Amino acid sequence: MVPPARPRKLAKVPFVELADGRLQGVVSSGSDIERVYVSSVAAGTYAFACSTNNNRPCGGARGGFCNHILALVREAVLQYGAERVARYLRVEIVDAEPSEQTIASTMMSARPPQADSAAAASVFSRFLRHLAYLELAPTTLPVPEMQWFPPSRAVA
Amino acid sequence: MVPAEQGGGVMRADLLADPVAGLDEALAAVDAVDRVLVAGLLRPQPAQAEDLAALADAVAGSPLASVVAEATEKAAAGAAGEDHFVALAAARTALLGSAHDALMARVGEATGRPVAETIAAEPAEAQAVNLLVAARSWLCDLARAGWRGIDHDVVSGAAQVVSAMLPDPALRRLATVLDGFAAELAASCPGASLDRVPARRWADLWSRALLLTLPGAAAVPATETLTGRLLPLGVDLHEHATAAQAQVHAVFEPADGGAPRLVRAAVSAPKPDTVVGAGIWQLLRPHLSLLTAVSEGRSMDLVDMPATPEGDLVWSDEHARPGEPADALATARVVLPTATAAPTAPLDRHPARIAVPVFLEGYEVQRDDDTLTFTVAGHPLPVDTDRVPVAGPLTPDAVATSRACLGLLRWDAGSFHVQPLAVETTVRKKAVTVHAGAWAGGTTDKAGVKAEKAAADAVAVLRERAGRLLRK
Repeated sequence: MVPPARPRKLAKVPFVELADGRLQGVVSSGSDIERVYVSSVAAGTYAFACSTNNNRPCGGARGGFCNHILALVREAVLQYGAERVARYLRVEIVDAEPSEQTIASTMMSARPPQADSAAAASVFSRFLRHLAYLELAPTTLPVPEMQWFPPSRAVA
Repeated sequence: MVPAEQGGGVMRADLLADPVAGLDEALAAVDAVDRVLVAGLLRPQPAQAEDLAALADAVAGSPLASVVAEATEKAAAGAAGEDHFVALAAARTALLGSAHDALMARVGEATGRPVAETIAAEPAEAQAVNLLVAARSWLCDLARAGWRGIDHDVVSGAAQVVSAMLPDPALRRLATVLDGFAAELAASCPGASLDRVPARRWADLWSRALLLTLPGAAAVPATETLTGRLLPLGVDLHEHATAAQAQVHAVFEPADGGAPRLVRAAVSAPKPDTVVGAGIWQLLRPHLSLLTAVSEGRSMDLVDMPATPEGDLVWSDEHARPGEPADALATARVVLPTATAAPTAPLDRHPARIAVPVFLEGYEVQRDDDTLTFTVAGHPLPVDTDRVPVAGPLTPDAVATSRACLGLLRWDAGSFHVQPLAVETTVRKKAVTVHAGAWAGGTTDKAGVKAEKAAADAVAVLRERAGRLLRK
């Protein structure tokens, strides 16, 4: 069983997930309502990428993590808990508890490489797929398989 | 009619702790399959061949014998095709079906409620076959990789199939289980570095999904309509990252004066993973007026409500209107002991499906750290408080200080336990009833209102983003 995600405000970072071997998501632009940034950090290597939905590279992500990637780490910790994020990204933190700060600084001090923009398209399509869940109609036909997914009081 | 000395809500808790004949042997054969799936069937080892032989032996006296014998032989040679994997899943499902039947017979003795006749499987209409084939192919890839061999490439194969299936109501069940299963596997990748593999659980989900890829296999169509009074007992909530279901357990009193029956009514919805907890109710509420009736403590009057032979109402608001006030605990005391239960469809027979409404009082409560146990007539019955959703006012503390409990009798990990739906307890010297599903129809509770608003805001942000980005 995977503990349920924790609620968080979505205004700045509408989408974050631990998937495809990456921390990845979508960060809303602070200046242009039509623009979003598609950002990702790979597990293990921390190779990072950030570009707009129109495929323009993010100016802040040259040589190191930009603010979009830091926002992604922050929201992932809120949603999944620091421990799960650290475990997924394979961030080993020495002498401290995993937290937004320790996870980000450990990754940055490893001088991670810049990834190519190949992931952006799949991250963005996973975001669109996620949005499509809002458009699916509820049903009153019984789904007996949901018996395998009880709620849990445990938190991430 | 139930004989008076067995009815009246007196539970024979002693029977629940007694061993069930044949259960351990059936589960040992299930464990053998589960071990096979941990390592995968790409290059089977001698230990896996032994486990496969144990499975074939276990069903040797059943109609599945020859099909399973062939499948286990091929699988042990690393040459299993899709039909062979389906046969392995079918054998495992049959074993758990027999475990279900034995456990339900025991529940029948303990509650004094007669065990209903079984129902025959009826072939339903065929579904979009291409998607079913795609799903089956993904599940077979999983079985070859094994839980220890899963990686992101294998797991991500489900995403496209699920997206294509979700909009089709006929495929919703399969899509929902695949979606939850794939998300769980993705969170556990790579399998090689897992501390512990939930072997029984994943094999359950795998075999369940695989059987659902057979067109019409698990469909249980509505075959009758019900007219009469519906008395809600409580709400059981289910959720994974991208789906939620609320299932109301209730007693139905037919207008024609027939015996009262146990029934269920459910509503489920796909959801974004950021809508959680009490935020879920607002997605479900508009589609099941019964949730409002539960919160208001009312009965509902049904006219021609469609129902399946399993006792599941296929709810539509036009067949129901709000009735008189009805107290769930009073229903549990007075009507529940005389209600008959519907049978379970052949492929739905599984211990995880056992959820039998029971009423308990006069018990003692033991609390050790995180575990609660009721002592009912001198016999311990564990309480599953983790299954009480945070999306409601019922808490483990309220259960611990309760003197009467309406719950669902379940079986998991080798023993029976009770999942509380509502309890009678004392708050500031006053007797109160606290319901797990009290917020289903709406709430004025501060924490509940806050959680609903947070979820509404999340949905609003996503809709705004969808409006700008999805059209492009």
